[in-house]
Amino acid sequence: MAKKMYDTPMLDQLESGPWPSFVTGLKRLAKDNDMMVDLMGQLEASYKTKKGYWKGGTVGVFGYGGGVIPRFTELKDENEKPVYPDAAEFHTLRIQPPAGMHYDTKTLRWMCDVWEKHGSGLIAFHGQSGDIMFQGIKTENVQPAFDEFNENGFDLGGAGPALRTSMSCVGAARCEMSCYDEARALRTVINNNLDDMHRPALPYKFKFKFSGCGNDCVNAIQRSDMATLGTWRDNMQVNAELVQAWVAKNGKGELVNQVINMCPTKALSLKKQGNESKADGVVAVAVDGEDCMEIDNHNCVRCMHCLNVIPGGMLPGKDKGVTILVGGKGVLKIGATMGTVVIPFMKLESDEDFEKLNDLARNILDFFAENALEHERTGEMIDRIGLVNFLDGIGLEIDANMVAMPRNNPYVRMDAWEEEVAKAEERKSA
Amino acid sequence: MADLRPPIECGAPDPMPYMHPVMKKNYGKWVFHSHPKPGVLYHRAESGDAIWTVKAGTQRQMDTYTIRELSDIADKFGDGYVRFTARSNIEYMVSDEAKVEPLIKALTDAGYPVGGTANSVSMIAHTQGWLHCDIPGTDASGVVKALMDELYEEFIKCEMPNRVKLSTSCCEINCGGQADIAIIVQHTKPPKINHDLVANVCERPAVVARCPVAAIRPALVNGKPSLEVDEKKCICCGACFPPCPPMQINDPEHSKIAIWVGGKNSNARSKPTFHKLVAAGLPNNAPRWPETAEVVKKILRVYKEDGRPWERMIDWIDRIGWPRFFEKTGLPFTKYHIDDWRGSRATLNASNHIRF
Repeated sequence: MAKKMYDTPMLDQLESGPWPSFVTGLKRLAKDNDMMVDLMGQLEASYKTKKGYWKGGTVGVFGYGGGVIPRFTELKDENEKPVYPDAAEFHTLRIQPPAGMHYDTKTLRWMCDVWEKHGSGLIAFHGQSGDIMFQGIKTENVQPAFDEFNENGFDLGGAGPALRTSMSCVGAARCEMSCYDEARALRTVINNNLDDMHRPALPYKFKFKFSGCGNDCVNAIQRSDMATLGTWRDNMQVNAELVQAWVAKNGKGELVNQVINMCPTKALSLKKQGNESKADGVVAVAVDGEDCMEIDNHNCVRCMHCLNVIPGGMLPGKDKGVTILVGGKGVLKIGATMGTVVIPFMKLESDEDFEKLNDLARNILDFFAENALEHERTGEMIDRIGLVNFLDGIGLEIDANMVAMPRNNPYVRMDAWEEEVAKAEERKSA
Repeated sequence: MADLRPPIECGAPDPMPYMHPVMKKNYGKWVFHSHPKPGVLYHRAESGDAIWTVKAGTQRQMDTYTIRELSDIADKFGDGYVRFTARSNIEYMVSDEAKVEPLIKALTDAGYPVGGTANSVSMIAHTQGWLHCDIPGTDASGVVKALMDELYEEFIKCEMPNRVKLSTSCCEINCGGQADIAIIVQHTKPPKINHDLVANVCERPAVVARCPVAAIRPALVNGKPSLEVDEKKCICCGACFPPCPPMQINDPEHSKIAIWVGGKNSNARSKPTFHKLVAAGLPNNAPRWPETAEVVKKILRVYKEDGRPWERMIDWIDRIGWPRFFEKTGLPFTKYHIDDWRGSRATLNASNHIRF
């Protein structure tokens, strides 16, 4: 039995209603846990005053400089004593999950046991960067808790100006849209660069994220400094039987409304059978006895819409690979930015391909470390120096797929036009 | 120090030991999926093997009782394997279709809503808030609990034109991320500066450098080195607060809630988009934020009624146009909706494209 719980009339109102209540969970923990009794006291105070009461500090484990989020209470009485002393230290351990966030119940139960022994018993699956967040631990328990996780195959994640914990979608484990081994890519890039995660020394945070296709289920383009998205460069695969089954169920009108008309590049069209185009890359699939749907594969941008609507009927091609985008980030300081293309296509199958991905990641990290200003994200750095200088710095060739449109202002010196044309010709013939 | 052991730098664990055996066996060999009903997915592999996924909502901030209960359900009604999605839903994978209905019943009976798949409103991506953040303007888990109570039916049913992803963020840094509907704290007053503390707590040049509009400069206040804010320039973004807590930006009354719509991370149809401001000035009204919930529900009602199949929020608005969005939702269009940040000219209507 823990000490007596405080009255929490505000939090109590979050126990009713159909959605699972975290307050009910906090109360269950508080029954035999003084830290949670006081945590609830402080949280109720926040609800009343609409103010937060945590400040950071320095807490870590031996050998690492990051991965623990220190929290000390700022809610003090007139004698500078914590109002809720048992929650005066309430740190978080960020632990990296298995890529794709798979768990067996034995592991989940073991995590519960460890966290009850050393911490508060409050766990979030997962934080926005993908960490398992073990929340609520006193400074003195941080090292033994980490030791127990670490000796059983788990490692701290990133925090501060460092390489951050990564995320990959479910991908190859359970999805027909998957265009590469997302978990392997994540583990290749992250686990070869752990020094930058565990010993924060970058200008600011750096995130990698890995999505198996353009649906981008882990929000890589928007939320990562380097996004790896699956794609393919041959014709998409078609299963005519499944396409016909879809049309039989939904009607040809809906094929036009929901599939053909929604193709962003008008790469799909409905034609009478016998009128199919013979052009390269055009594939026709019969949708019923009289009509067929034509797919202009050279004009398809792999947006995934038609594959989403007719699952299995249309599938990624066989010549799969990835597109790499760089520079996604949140609001501060220049406004949110999306990642933009730096490699339109690269294969990601052989050991050498994964090695190449890792080299690219290392190269970009190094360039960022050397050239970004303090507290500047990669997207902001590129905004400041220009994409061409960034590409130059990491040794990548320019490509027309990197722009939505060419320059629309004349404010540029073009003395070296002939030289650049020669380079373009060289790239074309390569 | 003899007992301190160096860490084992093992990084991200290999998922294979934790993965359902059917998923492991068919890794990279899936060819088909369908959506038998809300909360249930069916996947088939090249080998003919199949797996059913049952998806349920959680409170994300979970106590060990909850995690053990979810594990008990996995052991008793599932195959002992789960995974979590990017929005903190839990997924149970089973290789026998006969297990699907008992699993749904067990989850529902224990109070975990089954849903969140396909064209439903999924769980809200959110952050830490008052529970654990050092700079929050509001709570995270509480806002989400209050909203998901209101959106419960939309989670367990699939009645939206396309999937709807929501996020909440407790400050303008927007850790919750881009979303179809994003709920974000918006400060409306410049920071109140505690000049007694600045010199000891803050690295002043770093704070000056953080300001997006160069409104902060070093100053001597009451004989102490401090900072001052040009309040006419200040955009109340709160960027100065994390590196310098004496720049108190959070205010019980003047830190408001704003609502943004039309963010999309997927490349399907249109390219990924950022969400756009549609409503602001909503009170930070703990513990249930009813005014915010009302606006979110209003937007969802109109989208549900007016959107066509497969149109995400932004696809729908792109089709009907922003004036009609404001008209249909009844939300007022103000001068604050017209962007004046860098690149803003690209957001103006440079055409005669006007719907009547």
